[in-house]
Amino acid sequence: MSLIELRDVSKRFGRLVVLNGVSLSIEEGQSLVVIGASGSGKSVMLKHIVGLLTPDEGEVWFDGRRVDELSDRQLDKVREHFGFLFQMGALFDSLSVEDNVAFPVVEHTKKSTEEIRKLVAEKLRMVGLDGTQKKMPGELSGGQRKRVALALAIALNPRVILYDEPTTGLDPIRSDVINELILKLKRELNVTSIVVTHDMNSAFKVADRIVMLHEGKLIIDGSPQEIQKSEVPVVRRFVLGEAGDQELAGLKSSAPAAYTSSGGNGDREKR
Amino acid sequence: MPVAFVERLGLRSLGTLEAFGDFFVFVFQTFRWLFAGGLAPKNLRLLPAQFYEVGVRSVPVVCVTGAFIGMVMAIETHAQFKAIGQEVRLGSVINLSVVKQIGPVLAAVMLAGRVGGALTAELGTMNVTEQLDALRVMGADPIRYLVVPRFIACCLLTPMLTIYSDFLGVIGGWVISVPFLGVPNEPYWFFSAQGVDTWQVMEGLVKSFFFGGAIGMISCYKGFNCGSGASGVGRACTESFVSSFLVIIILNFFFAHILRSMYTAMYGVRGLFE
Repeated sequence: MSLIELRDVSKRFGRLVVLNGVSLSIEEGQSLVVIGASGSGKSVMLKHIVGLLTPDEGEVWFDGRRVDELSDRQLDKVREHFGFLFQMGALFDSLSVEDNVAFPVVEHTKKSTEEIRKLVAEKLRMVGLDGTQKKMPGELSGGQRKRVALALAIALNPRVILYDEPTTGLDPIRSDVINELILKLKRELNVTSIVVTHDMNSAFKVADRIVMLHEGKLIIDGSPQEIQKSEVPVVRRFVLGEAGDQELAGLKSSAPAAYTSSGGNGDREKR
Repeated sequence: MPVAFVERLGLRSLGTLEAFGDFFVFVFQTFRWLFAGGLAPKNLRLLPAQFYEVGVRSVPVVCVTGAFIGMVMAIETHAQFKAIGQEVRLGSVINLSVVKQIGPVLAAVMLAGRVGGALTAELGTMNVTEQLDALRVMGADPIRYLVVPRFIACCLLTPMLTIYSDFLGVIGGWVISVPFLGVPNEPYWFFSAQGVDTWQVMEGLVKSFFFGGAIGMISCYKGFNCGSGASGVGRACTESFVSSFLVIIILNFFFAHILRSMYTAMYGVRGLFE
């Protein structure tokens, strides 16, 4: 049986349909990358998996339990198996790096202060930031914040780590550091990873399997090699980073007639 | 056209009803956590920081407000009382107004601005930067972790701050009446003591407990439900202050009516000039 399963999940916000009958199974230990344009529902899908959002229709399952029907207390238990790296890190501004990483440990375990201190140091070492314990999140660079957020996500040794756009806003070098970290955590902790991204370099580097969300539906599901070779136009343009006529239509129609080739001909000067 | 109007009206009414429903669910959840873990040692350690933020940092602004209100009351009422030869009774009017109405209401309004705005901005920012979701994912209910301590701090410290406001109001009124306007000191305090009894002081403090609760609840709710981006947080802060202010004024009316009826039933009507 799959570790995580979405069955015909649909979600709308007002009149906007974000997910439209999405079905997906994720096996234990797999690294799944979800690609898709901005606003295609990738993060919404991720939030359904941990019960932050409930589907309008369909079912979400984790390890044989139906997540979308659990009570708050039951959900808290299920969420102990997840680590979540949010897009902006979501570190608590008022807490130091040490207190941030220690937060879930204090909430869920009865470890002593000394044990927590050691655990925090170990997790920060794993992301290459041991020694930053006393710093505040505001003193860290974007890449460091993401790495601290990753240390926080793995504090309870989760079975699944969800990454919401882990490389967004980072330069290529910092992005690669994050990609290497994702691979390292998979190797060392043997976790199941679900990475939402539109960074194709990152996707091809960390994925065992890639799916693409487009207009609320999964339009392709395959290995990185299969995605690279795909002839589906939407997938192909996304992988190559090429805008199509549909995306460019707005640019063309928004230009004033006087500036377009057909409407130009010096009309502007005459006026 | 009329159909569109009715449709818009209906949608707006439904939206308002939905917001009311959401607010009462939020209040219910806060009380549920208050009695189911909100007062556990793990949560109580969050209180001192909130006491400092809500209470200690509000003392100067509340004291200044109270003092000036007492002084203004003295200036405005002195001439009228002197005209009828009753300036010795100035203390009873000033102090009664301060401890019963102006002290608690203005202290609460100041807190709605200072504390309410800050709470909404803090929680709103946490909301738009996904920190509330991060708490949920880590199995820490944001209402237990963030709202309950702030609500308790607002409930307990608003009456404390009202005592400061009342005290400074009384001193402010005395400073203008006695040293500046020449009202005799002894009769001033004699009539003050005659006009203000424990009931009136307690009336103001009881009201301020509920004002504090309303400020805490409204400002946290607005922060939790703010729109996206900086403009969403800004709008939530404005709404938080306006809603808190309206609720304080409306609650004050109902408290005035209920507590006046209770007082009359127990002690009868007492005039200031008896």
